Amino acid sequence: MVAIVVRRLLWLPVVLFFVSVITFLLGFYAPGDPVQVLLGVHATPDTIERLRHEYGFDKPIFIDPDAFGLAARELSQGKLPLNAIQQFFDTQYFRYIANALHGNFGYSLVKYRDQPVGELIAERLPITLQLNFIALVIGVSLGLPLGILTGLKRNTRFDFTVRTFTLVSISISLLALLPILTFIFSRRQDIFGIQAGPILPMVGGRLSTISGTDFNDCFGGLAPTLIGWGVQPENIPDTRIICLNQLPKLVLPILIESLGYIAIMTRQMRASLIEVLGQDYVRTARAKGLRERSVLVRHAMRNALLPIATILGLSLGGLVEGSFLVESWFGIPGVGALAVDALYAREYYIIVALVLIIAVAYVVALLALDLIRPFLDPRLRQVE
Amino acid sequence: MTQTTLSEFQRAEDSSRMRSPWLQIVRRIVKNKFALVGILVIFLIVFVALFANVLAPYGYDAQNLDAKEQPPSSAHWLGTDALGRDMLSRLIFGARSAVFVVLLVTTVNLVLGVPLGAIAGYYGGWVDALIMRIVEILFAFPGLLFVFMIAATVKPVILGWARANGLADLARSGYLDYAVVIIALGFVGWGGLARFVRDQVMAVKVRDFVLGAFAVGVPTWKVIYRHILPNALAPIIVLLSAGMGFIALSEGYLSYLGIGLQPPNPSWGNMMAENAGRYWRTFPQSIWLVWVPALILTSIVLAFAFLGDALNEALNPEISD
Repeated sequence: MVAIVVRRLLWLPVVLFFVSVITFLLGFYAPGDPVQVLLGVHATPDTIERLRHEYGFDKPIFIDPDAFGLAARELSQGKLPLNAIQQFFDTQYFRYIANALHGNFGYSLVKYRDQPVGELIAERLPITLQLNFIALVIGVSLGLPLGILTGLKRNTRFDFTVRTFTLVSISISLLALLPILTFIFSRRQDIFGIQAGPILPMVGGRLSTISGTDFNDCFGGLAPTLIGWGVQPENIPDTRIICLNQLPKLVLPILIESLGYIAIMTRQMRASLIEVLGQDYVRTARAKGLRERSVLVRHAMRNALLPIATILGLSLGGLVEGSFLVESWFGIPGVGALAVDALYAREYYIIVALVLIIAVAYVVALLALDLIRPFLDPRLRQVE
Repeated sequence: MTQTTLSEFQRAEDSSRMRSPWLQIVRRIVKNKFALVGILVIFLIVFVALFANVLAPYGYDAQNLDAKEQPPSSAHWLGTDALGRDMLSRLIFGARSAVFVVLLVTTVNLVLGVPLGAIAGYYGGWVDALIMRIVEILFAFPGLLFVFMIAATVKPVILGWARANGLADLARSGYLDYAVVIIALGFVGWGGLARFVRDQVMAVKVRDFVLGAFAVGVPTWKVIYRHILPNALAPIIVLLSAGMGFIALSEGYLSYLGIGLQPPNPSWGNMMAENAGRYWRTFPQSIWLVWVPALILTSIVLAFAFLGDALNEALNPEISD
């Protein structure tokens, strides 16, 4: 047990190292020179060279081969190779990582000119986290009961309906879902000439009327907002009214994001319950005359929920990743929309930072899962 | 009395003729109506893709600026877009793009994933550890963003290579977008397949017939290729058929976001992106142009999902009671 934990903990920095190297190199070799972008077309070679030096772009990219020679020389002189180590880590990659560890991911060059990337992400991350978390809660609270019911009543009409629904909602692309649902909820009156009432257009509408900072004031704590309309921010008197108007517009994006969670949870719950119900210990429990309820809750469910814990853990790691299409379609100022904007503007600093943050969240979630699993499943404690 | 015996005899005869495992699988799939519909949809798309230049009434990039933003008519069955291009023709050529990308990405995944997975599963030990660690690192990247980074970095490399080798026309034509999409999706997709093949091979390699093959002196590569892989094949086929739909979908996403196939190339994704912009302004006509590619994409993913489910049940009859 301890050996596994130690091995996992040692493995974490290795994964993060490779992930960051690959991401950094891909971003580095992507087209576009940040200095050229900053200075424009009329910059003199002199200025370019000076700025390049100032930002450290003239340093070696990843590994400085000269450092090894320096180390050999220093060692042959009987000194500790301190200068060599310093030179080794004075490359663009290690400088970037050192900055990133301090929360400095560089600056936006085009779209959000001169804004620090870390700040851009930090102000959008809470929004994405809240949206995804609500979607996940809905997904779990609907998906698990559906999965249990279909698992118990398999091959009935109910089972068939739910399975078809989950298969369709996994397969239907957001590309198709977004225009169709928006059409149904918001624009129907345009085509049929019917006023669909005040709520429907609001549900389908875009959040374009408020900017990101408004959104943060309004929903900065979407959960408290939902519970008690949150704390009134100081400077903006009518935030509550903005919130009240905007809230229905979150129904559709949350619904769409929760569809995927519902489908995955239902399918996994059904499959693992069916598998567990076929096991010998369930038959034993039934054979010794336990009530069916007790068999299900005490024997079957506790085992069937183990794979769910895995999916839940990975989903928690995935909360950081905003949905590109949903957020950009509905104008939600989250991480996903930022990523799409960055894609269009070819903002590699933003992309690299996002890839790194999402990858770190995923790897840490995976590690936490591996550490927690032996506590949930006693069988795993005996391995090795 | 004689009637019954005769028909029973015939049934026995039939079932003996149907005893070939592949025929049984085909029969089980054909019995499943959803799978039949799925196969039909897939065949239709492949047919349209193969004969796109015969079926399409216009070229995919033929503009007619006198007839732009037309509603459906007899000349343009699905209307025209903002540049006066015939929507039906673009959809038909879009099928060609989709089939091309799906086939090649699947091939790349197979070529990378199956041998690496088989080697990892067969040899175990540090080889297995190395390959699986690489897969783990690959999984840590967020899919779409990682694909974008690969596409952005690969594209200038390919373009530069084409120009340096006197293929400037090719570099200008936009055909290289396909290479970019295929490389990016292929590079990201093989990890799952490799892990899956590895698990399958690990389960098969301890069975008696494999030990028997070694005992009579069959060389290792031949044992893997002739004895282990065919027996691990069924679940791999299921995984591939379910995955093809999602490759088509990923191509749609990439092109929708402007990373994949660029606009003159026909792709359902970039058609939606182009027309969705107008969707908010001139609503009633152009909604059509967004929905049709979206529904085609969805039906393809569904078709492959149904086919995958049916294949799963047909190849593993014991789990579907």
